[in-house]
Amino acid sequence: MIASILLRLLYLVLFLALPPLVLGVVNRVKSVFAGRQGPPLWQLYADLWRLARKGAVYSRTTTWVFRAGPVVALAAVASAGLLMAFGGSPAAFSFGGDFVLFAYLLGLARFATVLAALDTGSSFEGMGAAREVTFSSLAEPALFLCLATLARATGSLSLTGMLGPALPDAWSHAAPALLLASIALFVVALAENARIPFDDPNTHLELTMIHEVMVLDHSGPDLALILYGASLKLFLFGALFVRLALGFPVQGLAGVGVFLAGIVGFGVLVGVVESTMARLRLVRVPQLLVGASVLSAFSLVLLLR
Amino acid sequence: MTLLLVGTGLVLTALSGSLALALRREPERAQRAACALLVAGAVLGIAGAVLAMAQGGSVGFHASWSPPGAALALRLDSLSALFLLPIFGIPAAGSVYALAYFPQGASGGRTIRVQIFYGLITASMALVVIAANALLFLAAWEVMALCGFVLVLTEHEKRETQRAAYVYLAAAHVGALALFALFSLLGSAAGSFDFDRMAGAGLAPGAALFALMLLGFGLKAGLMPLHFWLPGAHSSAPSHVSALLSGVLIKTGIYGLLRVTGFFAAPPLWWGLALLALGGASAVLGVAFALAQHDLKRLLAYHSVENIGIIAMGAGLALVGRAAGDPALVALGLAGAVLHVMNHALFKALLFLGAGAVDHACGTREIDLLGGVARAMPRTAVLFLLGAAAISGLPPLNGFVSEWLVYLGSMRALSSKASLVPWAVLAAPVLALVGGLAAACFAKVVGTVFLGTPRSEHVARHEAAPAMLAPMAALAGACAFIGLFPVALMPALRNAAAAWAATAPESLAGPGRAGIASAAAITGCAAVLVALVAALAAWRNRRARGAPASETWGCGYARPSARMQYTGSSFAEMLTLRFGWAFFPRARVKPPRGPFPKHAAFSSHVPDTVLDVALVPSIKTASWAAEHVRRLQRAQVQGQALLVGITVLGLLAWRFLWW
Repeated sequence: MIASILLRLLYLVLFLALPPLVLGVVNRVKSVFAGRQGPPLWQLYADLWRLARKGAVYSRTTTWVFRAGPVVALAAVASAGLLMAFGGSPAAFSFGGDFVLFAYLLGLARFATVLAALDTGSSFEGMGAAREVTFSSLAEPALFLCLATLARATGSLSLTGMLGPALPDAWSHAAPALLLASIALFVVALAENARIPFDDPNTHLELTMIHEVMVLDHSGPDLALILYGASLKLFLFGALFVRLALGFPVQGLAGVGVFLAGIVGFGVLVGVVESTMARLRLVRVPQLLVGASVLSAFSLVLLLR
Repeated sequence: MTLLLVGTGLVLTALSGSLALALRREPERAQRAACALLVAGAVLGIAGAVLAMAQGGSVGFHASWSPPGAALALRLDSLSALFLLPIFGIPAAGSVYALAYFPQGASGGRTIRVQIFYGLITASMALVVIAANALLFLAAWEVMALCGFVLVLTEHEKRETQRAAYVYLAAAHVGALALFALFSLLGSAAGSFDFDRMAGAGLAPGAALFALMLLGFGLKAGLMPLHFWLPGAHSSAPSHVSALLSGVLIKTGIYGLLRVTGFFAAPPLWWGLALLALGGASAVLGVAFALAQHDLKRLLAYHSVENIGIIAMGAGLALVGRAAGDPALVALGLAGAVLHVMNHALFKALLFLGAGAVDHACGTREIDLLGGVARAMPRTAVLFLLGAAAISGLPPLNGFVSEWLVYLGSMRALSSKASLVPWAVLAAPVLALVGGLAAACFAKVVGTVFLGTPRSEHVARHEAAPAMLAPMAALAGACAFIGLFPVALMPALRNAAAAWAATAPESLAGPGRAGIASAAAITGCAAVLVALVAALAAWRNRRARGAPASETWGCGYARPSARMQYTGSSFAEMLTLRFGWAFFPRARVKPPRGPFPKHAAFSSHVPDTVLDVALVPSIKTASWAAEHVRRLQRAQVQGQALLVGITVLGLLAWRFLWW
């Protein structure tokens, strides 16, 4: 009992501590592909530390909504972490239908970021916000279809149950459906985290950006909160993908090792995708997202028929 | 006792408007007196409803009434009690709001008329949900519909108001006609017009009955193809009337649907699946049309279509649960539907009152002409933002809880062994899409209206009056309370499900307990969220104290103007393009021409597809054809003789050849 609580705490600490490292892994993979040496793995920690101590500048157009945006977004993503079952351990909070709260907390984070972007009155940030809400509302059905597939395969309505001991069994009798769901989930993860092929985190042209353009006006501690929140979100989706894809039969401390290896693998996968693909044209993005929905709907149909 | 309280509240609210008339010499006092009487009646009514919910079970009253088949039969059970809360609560908030928004001192007779019918419609809605006899129900239903007509017609000098009111009246009467047919069929099958007898008669569920139900109650509720009267009527009325119409009146359609489906011991599976599909279509298309609107109140009215869709999805899941014999599904679906009825009443009333405050201060409801309203109206902005987050289903507010219950219901259907039932899970991705689109739509509204800088000369100059802010704050408080402590309502929802499915509440104890445990966990997560926000905000405020102010970063462009901001239309364009197949946009484009273009203009408008593209043209064609036939009849004696001759020949031919 105490061991289980300690394990959950350990995972929560890892959840709060490790996400910047995953982005470091992604960037390292990209620089290896490009033949560069690249920034150190802990670059984002250094960036966050620097930004947190810097001052901020606020636009005269903005109101409290702009200041609340990063705070609410980070708080929402961090509390979504309480619902995620990392590694071989159950989640800190687990109840029937917690996956809905998980998805809607991420929605709250997005809503806060979008409003903060609109508060600046800049057309660039309005553009980014419009793209963000468009793509995310198309990604949402795909996410829920994946979760419905998982619920059907494992007979559970909580994330802990869906990703828990019933999952290895489900892989043995419903592998094709779960494979399709994993692929769709990976696409959703890329879209939700503004990675290539949906959005380029390194772009410098405001007209083509989505997520980055929404945070153009944030500086100092606010930007630190946003960058940290984005890394937490990537980690959450990584954890979901790793547990779904591996089936995760390992419990206890051994599970921690497997989980961390899986997360690093997820980072490598994202890095490989970013290195080998170009960003899609904006008009193609909805098609890919609808494609992910169709894929996950197909996985559900495989289980329902 | 509870019924007596509700009855007293009903009488007081019905009489409240007459005070405004009696004391009209002193308009301000008259309005305050009328408002006080309505609030007093509402408090009594809510007290009665809360007591009834606490006691469980049901109380009835029966007296004879002279029309054949009629009886003054009333019944207050857990389902009626839950509906009574918004029915009394929202008008009370609206009448306080009207003290500043629609003062009798300024608009005189018009206010008196609104007051009279505002009280009367409240009482008739309360009577609708406690009536236990079909004739009494229909009488209250008609009074309610006619009061609604007069209220919509408040600004009767405007052409679009006249048209909206006329369409409303026509729709209300078509619906009432369907209900007369429905209750005649039910009454003749059960041998009585009393609801108790109908419920016990073991009625056979027929397709015709279900179609009549959908037509009659769906027209009132505004389910998708039948919603055509709603956007016009709800946007033409004054805001506190819109809040009542959109927040409460359309819910009587949902109540009727639930009450009548409750009469059948075993509703067939296809009823539930059909309602689920209709609800899904209504939700998706409602929010899609809302995204395309640029009139603030019309946009909110389309969101009512969306939310009615979500409620219908919950009710559909509950019906599926009854057909499949799964009490947990019944409990989840009905709890989601009924809770969403209450939640939607709260946040939609809040949003309409907020929209009224913006309209009052800026003089326009055009979203793309507004901007930066939050500067002059910070309190209104906070309250509107809370309502927007609640209607988008974001935690930790009330909209999330009811949508969560509907999600749980659709996922619960997955574990059913019966064929077809697991397909109800497709409600979950539909709901996810709707949630995403609703969040997008309210990001558009809040972002364009309240944030940024003013886009035109319609600038807000003053904060809304305290009498307008107070009811909005009360509604927002209720939204936050239900979102943070959903456990408080779970027993009442379980009792309502038991009353509807005509089972003992004990049979729902298992799913009820699971729901309560989950609801408690939601409270825990919400507490963590609020604590995190507070902690992070404290840290950030300490770090960012005394930060310098500057211009918004314009990528090096030094002279950005307010008109360069993204507008609501441009914000929603990418999404509305996805729904091009459902829209028939009317655009007027005057492109810039020549090497030195002087003037260019663009305006677009998305009319209602059902009303403006389908119904009105087909009615026009029909009346054009009828006009031609009539001209034949009016013309000359020979023409009339010809018409009579053809008719007689036709009848004879029918009589002898086919019959």
